[in-house]
Amino acid sequence: MKIRVLVRPKAGILDPQGEAVKNALPALGFEGVHTVHVGRLVEMEVERSDEVDAMCRRLLSNPTIEEYEWEVIG
Amino acid sequence: MRIGVTVFPGSNCDRDALYGVERMGAEAVELWHADADLKGVDAVIVPGGFSYGDYLRPGAIARFANVMGPLEEFARDGGPVLGVCNGFQVLTEAHLLPGALLRNTNMRFVCDRVRVRVETVDTLWTAGCDPGEELTLPVAHNEGNYFADPETLSRLEEEGRVVLRYLENPNGSANDIAGVCNEGRNVVGIMPHPERVSDPALGSDEGLRILRSVLVGAGV
Repeated sequence: MKIRVLVRPKAGILDPQGEAVKNALPALGFEGVHTVHVGRLVEMEVERSDEVDAMCRRLLSNPTIEEYEWEVIG
Repeated sequence: MRIGVTVFPGSNCDRDALYGVERMGAEAVELWHADADLKGVDAVIVPGGFSYGDYLRPGAIARFANVMGPLEEFARDGGPVLGVCNGFQVLTEAHLLPGALLRNTNMRFVCDRVRVRVETVDTLWTAGCDPGEELTLPVAHNEGNYFADPETLSRLEEEGRVVLRYLENPNGSANDIAGVCNEGRNVVGIMPHPERVSDPALGSDEGLRILRSVLVGAGV
């Protein structure tokens, strides 16, 4: 099965990448952008999904600074 | 004293660290990432670089290398471990040190010399320094912005576990923190590179103040 994992900075944690993108958008003429957060997308094909949570906690995300969610996409 | 230096794919300060160990008057031992063996060393330095290309997050993959198993056991038994730059990131990922290193707030790679103050001499890697001593050390990093939740930060401050503090913050790190230690005070992680200033021929040997401390700290 195919799994899609989304990892992003925890709420309230400084996200310099998001800030840089937010500041770059008006320079291209895109107005009204209030917040941008940059995360990471991981897609995997796995035999079973019961260990995906453990994969997310131990390697794919750092629980100190990031949160994750995942879904089966096929 | 025999001091091991871990070598991961992408480590790039390992040679400097090995040289620094020789300069401090100890025997330098390379510890290959794939070998779950510390070769009986008395202390370990996890050097800087871009282990595993910084893929996923700096230190995230190195943290599971074979050498890390015995290293974690060594650290938990009180053995002296120093993580420098990427080594600091590896030690936080391995939960041997609290917190994490985020991107520098200005999104720039910082490569400079910075002034830092030694905030505690009660660690195995600062025991030879003077309290409040100021050092000029090189930094070179993209993720040196120390982060920990507010409770952890207050605990670190209360317990005197901030080891080095920037006099001018180059990366946005919380409380100007340049280095911290674990509860046992044997594991220290710092962003500045003492091994790059271990010889007057390199412009300074102030880094030996940190490296040589382990000889005092470990009672050799």
